Amino acid sequence: MTEIVKIVKVGGTAVPMRGNDIDTDRIIPARYLKEVTFARMGDYPFFDERFDASGKKKDHPFNDPEYQGASVLFVNKNFGCGSSREHAPQALYRFGIKAIVGESFAAIFAGNCTMMGLPTVTATHDEVALMMKTVEENPKTKFTVDIETKTICFDDKRIAIDLPETYRSALTSGCWDSTALLRANLDQVKKTAAKLPYIGGFAN
Amino acid sequence: MAGRTLYDKIWESHSVGVLPTGQTQLFIGLHLIHEITTAPAFDMLREKGMDVAFLERTFATVDHIVPTDIRTRPFLDPEAEELTQALEKNVKQFGVEFFGLDSMNQGIVHVIGPQLGLTQPGMTLACGDSHTSTHGAFGTLAFGIGTSQVRDVLATQTLAMDKLKVRRINVNGALGTGVYAKDVILSIIRKLGVSGGKGFAYEYGGAVIDRMNMEERMTLCNMSIEGGALVGYVNPDQTTFDYLKGRRYVPSGAAFDRAVNYWKSVASDSAAIYDDVINMEGKDIEPTVTWGINPGQSVGISERLPIPDEYADPDGARKAYEHMGWQPGAPILGTPIDVAFIGSCTNSRMTDFRAAAKIAQGRKVKAGIRALVVPGSAEVKKLAEAEGLHEVFKQAGFQWREAGCSMCLAMNPDKLNGREICASSSNRNFIGRQGSPQGRTLLMSPAMVAAAALNGKVVDVRQYE
Repeated sequence: MTEIVKIVKVGGTAVPMRGNDIDTDRIIPARYLKEVTFARMGDYPFFDERFDASGKKKDHPFNDPEYQGASVLFVNKNFGCGSSREHAPQALYRFGIKAIVGESFAAIFAGNCTMMGLPTVTATHDEVALMMKTVEENPKTKFTVDIETKTICFDDKRIAIDLPETYRSALTSGCWDSTALLRANLDQVKKTAAKLPYIGGFAN
Repeated sequence: MAGRTLYDKIWESHSVGVLPTGQTQLFIGLHLIHEITTAPAFDMLREKGMDVAFLERTFATVDHIVPTDIRTRPFLDPEAEELTQALEKNVKQFGVEFFGLDSMNQGIVHVIGPQLGLTQPGMTLACGDSHTSTHGAFGTLAFGIGTSQVRDVLATQTLAMDKLKVRRINVNGALGTGVYAKDVILSIIRKLGVSGGKGFAYEYGGAVIDRMNMEERMTLCNMSIEGGALVGYVNPDQTTFDYLKGRRYVPSGAAFDRAVNYWKSVASDSAAIYDDVINMEGKDIEPTVTWGINPGQSVGISERLPIPDEYADPDGARKAYEHMGWQPGAPILGTPIDVAFIGSCTNSRMTDFRAAAKIAQGRKVKAGIRALVVPGSAEVKKLAEAEGLHEVFKQAGFQWREAGCSMCLAMNPDKLNGREICASSSNRNFIGRQGSPQGRTLLMSPAMVAAAALNGKVVDVRQYE
């Protein structure tokens, strides 16, 4: 039996990653998808933006010593669009990111994150801008993302955040790893399947 | 009772129940798997001592990582060899039907599903690839999923899902000469944005869609995800039934008639209620080319590139110009290219190759241009060769390859180098997508790619029509 891990609060320092429509090819270049496991993905987030062809570090928030150890990632609109590769959230998570706060997320990406226990929560454009500015001015600022109460706290501020109720429920009840939940209903699954005409090859 | 959409009907008949999280447990009628997103999912099954719950609804192939030229094993790339072997081991151990490298049915997962008749109307379908929306062309609810979800489908043949809203997109009237399904979907994404489809299933309809053949509808549905819509579909009609008849996994005789009755029954009711309706006119669509770093950044061939300050997302436009190196306000016409790629799950089928071959026939690829034609499946390759299309391409100076994803995504030896500019019939122009962090991609129809290859620059394909 897998241990149930409830994800209610995530906290720590943060890193801002500015720009709309940051796709999963940028988050993790496809060549790293050739690896058989996710084990090394934490070495690769934004690899081609962080390193030049000779391996020399470029200016990038993920390289910046000021943001070392960050566990909250701030992003803008439609983060994680494109390829369904779960390697993208795996890379961020294994790098140390434990919550992503943005204006909006692409559908497959947000689903993948939730199933790994990595919350993706939204705030308004102005609030995200304020939090990005705060962390850029003072990278030591500590943020607490509370999934239960749907708030994010930092300094003396408290901002409302949002996420789909089904995701909130899955994370806070520890049901985000859905296999056991789904597997419990296998008899009902078989009954549903039996009613679909194509399952029997339209035999009658 | 209010009219229902195809989405409503399939959702209802495939719902197993509501989970404690509030999500619906949805039965998945067909699970297609490939080498890239499955290895950790099989590992988890082994770890938990689980079997594949519905083996007879699970099919595998190799597409993303396979070389399209030299395919001798072991592959030259040891990582590609290892990942391919992992899939081969997994399908053998778990007993999954597998269309491997030496199978006549090998190919891009979104090409072989329809070609074998595995993809059928009124079905739910999942695959660990975002372009799974392709199968929606058949009136199938097809979901692109991540690896944890692949694990769930293997272990339970179900997914935990939230219901989407449905947006009907009508493309009315008719398309002009030289305008293809690719131009239609690029225009839709341009109009609605790359995140405009978030939370929606896209239902495509109208006279232009009604007249499309199945391969054109696949091109259309394929890029739904580029518009942010997880699902895109076309209601099944006689064109769909005619395509399916006689295919390997489609029932025959009286069972086929029963199948057609079921397929007809799942189409959206004429009085169906939609959450949103968009109307476009086919005559307004030109041959379309992307200029930026996402598929929504496109222009008609006669237009000029946008001025960032006048663009919907000025920062996004500036970032695109920074990467691509163009001048705002310049025409797209005449943009030089280095590479021409015809292939990918978007455009690697017979309709695409016939359109491109018509342009290439009796002409030559411009000196210095690297040009590739890569069939979507071994079957497409065979059919194209039977029609002599490979000779048309080869005589024009295109390379003719084996089936695979090829230069769409930089996981196999087909890649851009340095700052090369590629006229590509694929689906993504993201930075680095085609294998070079500095590489540049211009998305367009296969006929437009062929025309660009002949001229070494972006031209209007209508000059050949």
